[in-house]
Amino acid sequence: MEAWRFFKKTVSMVFIGTKGYYLWCAFLLTVIGIAITFYIQQLDAGLIVTQMRDQVSWGLYIGNFTYLVGVAAAAVLLVIPAYIYHFDPIKEIVVLGELLAASAIIMALMFVLADLGRPDRFWHIIPFIGSLSFPNSLLAWDVIVLNGYLVLNTIVPIYILVKIYFGAEPSKKFVIPLVLLSIPWAVGIHTVTAFLYNGLAARPFWNASILAPRFLASAFCSGPAMAIIIFQILRKTAGMKIRNEALFKISELIAYSMFINLFLLGAELFKEYYTGTIHLAPMEYLYQGLHGHHSLVPWIWSALFMNVTAFVIFLIPKTRENLLTLNIGSFFIIVGVWIEKGLGLIVPGFIPDPLGEIYEYMPNINEIAISLGIWAFGLLIFTLFMRIAIPIQRGDFIHSRYAKPTARPQYERIEP
Amino acid sequence: MMSMGALAGLSLGSLSCTRAGMEEFLQKHFREMSEDEKKAVIRRLEAKYLKKYGKKVRISTQQAEAGVLWGYGLDLSRCIGCRRCVYACVNENNQSRVNPQLQWIRVIRLKKGSLINLENAEHYYNPETVPEPGFMYMPVQCQQCENPPCVRVCPVKATWKEPDGIVVVDYNWCIGCRYCMAACPYKGRVFNWAEPNLPAAELNTEVHYLGNRPRMKNVVEKCTFCIQRVRQGRYPACVEICPTGTRKFGNLLDPNSEIRYLIENKRVFRLKEDFNTDPKFYYFFSA
Repeated sequence: MEAWRFFKKTVSMVFIGTKGYYLWCAFLLTVIGIAITFYIQQLDAGLIVTQMRDQVSWGLYIGNFTYLVGVAAAAVLLVIPAYIYHFDPIKEIVVLGELLAASAIIMALMFVLADLGRPDRFWHIIPFIGSLSFPNSLLAWDVIVLNGYLVLNTIVPIYILVKIYFGAEPSKKFVIPLVLLSIPWAVGIHTVTAFLYNGLAARPFWNASILAPRFLASAFCSGPAMAIIIFQILRKTAGMKIRNEALFKISELIAYSMFINLFLLGAELFKEYYTGTIHLAPMEYLYQGLHGHHSLVPWIWSALFMNVTAFVIFLIPKTRENLLTLNIGSFFIIVGVWIEKGLGLIVPGFIPDPLGEIYEYMPNINEIAISLGIWAFGLLIFTLFMRIAIPIQRGDFIHSRYAKPTARPQYERIEP
Repeated sequence: MMSMGALAGLSLGSLSCTRAGMEEFLQKHFREMSEDEKKAVIRRLEAKYLKKYGKKVRISTQQAEAGVLWGYGLDLSRCIGCRRCVYACVNENNQSRVNPQLQWIRVIRLKKGSLINLENAEHYYNPETVPEPGFMYMPVQCQQCENPPCVRVCPVKATWKEPDGIVVVDYNWCIGCRYCMAACPYKGRVFNWAEPNLPAAELNTEVHYLGNRPRMKNVVEKCTFCIQRVRQGRYPACVEICPTGTRKFGNLLDPNSEIRYLIENKRVFRLKEDFNTDPKFYYFFSA
């Protein structure tokens, strides 16, 4: 009975909101709608509507996929201190962090799907039904770990939220093992994604053992930076109670991660430039241009500038604990890491190609529209998650027996 | 991802709801089909090609012969860079002619004095006449590795090495993820970025299921040493067309074959040997 009420109310709540909520959802739906028309064209004509070609056979889609796997993995950064060290202000937002991870994984998987030439043959990749090449193909590994991570990051927050709804304390016996599992799993999804590129001897730019550590370091910058922005928006729009203290703690962790990220980048730059073998070419293409081709050069230098600036902002307590500079730093990291790990990672892997040809790739309107559509879809999912999760956490959406304000249960309440 | 894939599959406009369309959608992996299932698939494909090109296409599924491992020799002293092999290959193997233009052989021009660093290789050289003084030419195609990185990375086993050493693709099983293209150190694979443009008049009707049968959009394809020819005792089209005798072909397991003679008597090398891909494509200099 109560479960039915929960379900009914959940569905109806999604359709009820403020004017801003309606506008936001309408905007996202419009972007998704436009993207669908572009995707139908891509299905119809083939991937020729993109700028990808035999020389650069992956582009914007796979770049976004890589970035979003990182964002999803970074949920662990919010989980570790909350559960292991019982750092209270962060504990409040773990559920939302995990839902952010789930949304990011959904987006990442949609980017793979958008990149797939034959989505109609998707079933070939399903274990037991198709012929998933496990353990040989790292892509098969990725299919498994990403879907597992998605399940994990959906089960835990939903369980906690339902428990709160019913006015019960979530069972530690159930939650803690799953959370402990999700920590190595988060490291796992990003490591596997790095190995996807890392394992290709044909692509010296990716075939560096520093790739997986760099992936993790940069993910632990971009994911939490995104969380900082999103939590502030929710605080303003949804009345979610998040203390500044929690945001500052996250930004401090970002500073450490960004230091490691920049250090690893430096180590890579040193090795490539000092030895100066023919494997330097992709790096040269990225940072200086190669044989007159330099379309990525302004991008990567902007990324470097943004990452270094953000590092300084997050390192100094005064700027890190000022909401204006904190937001500038977060924005810089979101964009900086996106460039570094999106086009800045994928495209130089293909330039020059194994026979020395240079084909310069820049995404076209089709790819950009479809990518924006996937981002909009992910944001929509996250918005709907929040539409339900926040009232539950605030205690506004609760079991009918507690619905009267006087009868609320005494469990750990979230206060500003 | 799975449910989304199913949705995308259902909503795919190009997939007709006809019986043939459904059969195509549900078609099994080539290596998991029984002989009867193979026959049914061949019948369906032949009917499809007849409808599309107005020609009767004969699709062979001829298997590898025991005791055969194909090897290729290429004499860099003789190659004049005329690219006749490229076009003979396109005609023989039914590649898409334009938009996209697909070629399985790529001839690169190298300045004399440099062989290993391909960064200065010229792909689109276009002089009045070849050969040109000061340059050498190196045709590159799938090297049919014994240890092929492309096969290892394929997430759905849509590509594999046949018993006679030829690396093939089941075009009806490939999901178009292009991971194999990223893994190949030789640029041995090309992608049908759009529906192939193959004029019916130029269609080669003698085809092999794993080789030169007409392909569809958004799948990967590659050189198969002309599997449809070599399994019938003929030379690959590129070997046959070459005006200078640059190209050699034979059974590596036959001690009396020409390829064995070359390996034993010429100073052969293989491209990017340091990758341990163990190619069955031997370059050499006769002079």
